[in-house]
Amino acid sequence: MNISPCQSHSHLSRRSVLRGTGIAGLSWLTPLADLLAVEAEKAPSGKPARSVILLWLGGAASQLDTFDPHPTTKIGGGVKTIPTAIKGVEFASGLEQTASVMKDVSLIRSMVSKEGDHERAFYNIKTGYRPDPTLIHPSIGAIVCHELPEAKIEIPTHVSILPNQWPARGGFFGAQFDAFQMYDPKQQVPDVKARVDEKRMDRRLEGLSVVENVFAQGRSPNLDEEKTLHQISMQRARKMMTSDQLKAFNVSDVPAKELAAYGDTPFGRGCLAAVRLIQAGVRCVEVTLSGWDTHANNLEGQASQVKILDAAYASLIRDLKKLGLLESTIVLCGGEFGRTPKINNVGGRDHWPHGFSMLVAGGGFAGGRVIGATDPEGERKEPENPVFVEDLHATVQSLFGIDYSKEIMTPIGRPMVLSKGDVVEALKA
Amino acid sequence: MSPFRTSPSWLIWLRNAVILGSLAVGVAWGVGELLTPPVVQAAQGLGLSKQRLADVRKAASGVDSEFAKDWAQKHWPPAERADDLTIARRLSLALTGSIPSLQEVRVLESVKSDDVPQWWLSHLLKDRRTSDYLAERLVRVYVGIETGQLLFYRRRRLVEWLSDAIRENRPYDGIARALIDCSGVWTTNPAVNFVSVTRNMGKSLDEAKLAARVSRAFLGVQMDCVQCHDGKLGSTWKQENFHQLAAYFGQAKFELNGLRDDPKLKYKTRYLGRTEEEVVPARVPWKPELLPEKGTPRDRFAHWVTAKDNRPFARTLVNRVWALLFNRPLISPVDDIPLEGPFPPGMEALADDLIAHDFDLHRLIRVIVATRVFQQSSRSADPAHPTTEEAEKCWAVFPVTRLRPEQMAGSVIQAASLSTIDAETHVLFRIKRDIDVANFVKRYGDSGEDTFEDAGGTIPQRLLLMNGNMVTDNTRGNPLVNAGTRIGMLAPDNSIAVEAAYLSIFTRRPTAAESDHFTRLLAEAKSTNARSNAMADLYWTLMNATEFSWNH
Repeated sequence: MNISPCQSHSHLSRRSVLRGTGIAGLSWLTPLADLLAVEAEKAPSGKPARSVILLWLGGAASQLDTFDPHPTTKIGGGVKTIPTAIKGVEFASGLEQTASVMKDVSLIRSMVSKEGDHERAFYNIKTGYRPDPTLIHPSIGAIVCHELPEAKIEIPTHVSILPNQWPARGGFFGAQFDAFQMYDPKQQVPDVKARVDEKRMDRRLEGLSVVENVFAQGRSPNLDEEKTLHQISMQRARKMMTSDQLKAFNVSDVPAKELAAYGDTPFGRGCLAAVRLIQAGVRCVEVTLSGWDTHANNLEGQASQVKILDAAYASLIRDLKKLGLLESTIVLCGGEFGRTPKINNVGGRDHWPHGFSMLVAGGGFAGGRVIGATDPEGERKEPENPVFVEDLHATVQSLFGIDYSKEIMTPIGRPMVLSKGDVVEALKA
Repeated sequence: MSPFRTSPSWLIWLRNAVILGSLAVGVAWGVGELLTPPVVQAAQGLGLSKQRLADVRKAASGVDSEFAKDWAQKHWPPAERADDLTIARRLSLALTGSIPSLQEVRVLESVKSDDVPQWWLSHLLKDRRTSDYLAERLVRVYVGIETGQLLFYRRRRLVEWLSDAIRENRPYDGIARALIDCSGVWTTNPAVNFVSVTRNMGKSLDEAKLAARVSRAFLGVQMDCVQCHDGKLGSTWKQENFHQLAAYFGQAKFELNGLRDDPKLKYKTRYLGRTEEEVVPARVPWKPELLPEKGTPRDRFAHWVTAKDNRPFARTLVNRVWALLFNRPLISPVDDIPLEGPFPPGMEALADDLIAHDFDLHRLIRVIVATRVFQQSSRSADPAHPTTEEAEKCWAVFPVTRLRPEQMAGSVIQAASLSTIDAETHVLFRIKRDIDVANFVKRYGDSGEDTFEDAGGTIPQRLLLMNGNMVTDNTRGNPLVNAGTRIGMLAPDNSIAVEAAYLSIFTRRPTAAESDHFTRLLAEAKSTNARSNAMADLYWTLMNATEFSWNH
């Protein structure tokens, strides 16, 4: 109980205390990562990021069975480990391909939040704010699209592939910033194909103009632009229906070999579509892989999802790099929270927001670094060098060149900064 | 000799006569359905005595005079009265979640009453669709869209219970008390679901969530904002105010055999800045003198919340019902009403009337509907001075607001049927309707809890309306099911066909320009197939217009 729906200064003070202990331990970085950081890639261009991909592990992946295993301790749970491209850093077996691209990726092992409920935690991670009954905050993709409008693109600039019940939302920026939802990219994007031939469509639109003229009589001449956005969104929808850029949504024309590299699963195809959409100029794509909520049979449940994730994630990083897009594209991979060190009596792990893992790459994030560490015995809740959710948001926004401390006047008349976190310098290239 | 026996000629004539007769009856029935109202319904009375109607009008007039004073001060000339069909459309959307059917429009046009809105209201308040829809909207206020724990929460039962209560017009204070102070098993006493939905996985009830729900739903106060710290940004609420409210649920104990109160239980919390949890006493944040001396904490709390002298309870219902009818609350956000004002015109007069009439929900709806404010047009009659957002804000015109997803879906399905889809409709059709609505809402974007946002339309919504299955299936040529095709086949001429489509979809007749345009298109369609397509195009066009997606 007493889960706060509001933000509080108390959170800051607690963070400061924890952060202080991290600084006392030499630096933000673990000693190992500190050494490796010297070799890490510098941002070659120094240009701000222009797009972001969020690979959402819905249900919450277990850090102990993916990116932060402790195989020899009592909390290991039978996990087997493999080496990664970062010397001395191990992953759970099954993540071999991901392990091989870690020179381009950094790993946060100390993500901390206060939300242990799926819906609240999804909100927290995607928006950088805890749920607030008075307003809905925009998710990171909506913030980027709002702050960096893209005029040239004819398809939605914010896309959610394989969304679960909580896709990214525009929040107080408005529903026009909600993520456009689509499902398995081997199928047609829903509702983009006209159901009648061009001649009939023209006739329909001609009739529509007659009807709209009648509705406009006696009403504000700016009703559409300032309020309904009805005709504006219809024009954009029409433009999208005939756009060549629509092809980016569909991977049915991709050679089988290329599809196989991503695992040829719905999530793998989603990751491939994400790369194509970024190539087409889309600002933010989220791809969801659900099925991580392993309250029972954790080891098997995590392993089956790891198999799907591994090929897709590694191929996405490789392809973005090959296409020269990794420098400008931030790739985040994580879920609502982590899972408990303690294994319950049905072989499952429950919810754990006190130190979980998140992969960050591209767009100005350094590669090859590991930030933070969790207690190998699972007894201490607080991880070393905690990274708070709002700090990750501030870091992402700063890499876009967005002034994240800017105050936005929300529709309820309450000013709100885009992010109340602090930039994690140690994560930047 | 022919191997076939020839039927006698009189038999052939008889057979042909029977077939032709049946066809004629069928066509006559179809045309009749299109053009004439069911006689019985149109002949029904107002359902309200003259004295009660006069009393409702008097209360409405008091509300109107407050608005008139406000408009005069702000120099906003009020809009003219809207026509009866437009008002009836607003009422159907607000109370049933759908536009009136063509059948209902014909009834409305033939009604001999000097007060068609009140006549229509009498009809709707008896209609199961109204109580079902209002119950669904209010349950969203009480428990959100949470799924709860399957074993301990039956949302459907709660909605049905509330629907019965609304249909029987049980006093609203009694409904609120039944929810706050419920006990027993959640399947036999559906009100228990208001509490059981907060049961956490393997834990007890969530007193904080219950306090937040009650304060918002019944007191119009967003007290959950001070759950973990004292109020900011001008709020004077303290953290202890919230937890003292939550403490009224501290003795509620939920087990497999149901909900009851256990006097041994205490509500505890750890306040900001303190290291230990402490027992929190149950206290109300204002007017403690209204608390009964005896009873369980929840019983006393329920009586305090609903006391006649506890005006926030009445104001909260006024604001909620106003929002349901206008699609915009008097005070926004709908569940954040200042305790001491200032209040907009109408609020206190309506709250007084509600209290004086023992929280009669039907009467509150009637009074608001009887106001000039509700019956005003949403457009200006003066082309030189079109409506503005400011005029809408002070209610000098009826506000144009976006329809909710379920209202959109319900309206598409209703417009595609000539007859009314209600409790009398075949159960299979109603099941299909519910599935179609759920699918549409999922794609269009569920509004979640009962909020009133003025968000504009989006690209996915337009794509869904232009190319989605629901509009396509309900408008394509299909003489058995779709109204558009049937109107095209049965209407005596093209202008009547266009008019019937407009009445089905917009609840109004076309203007001359609109009638000319679509009548010409129908006239150009020579073959049966082309005519069917032309009607489908007309239906598609009207359903994709701003007028269809926005309440006006």
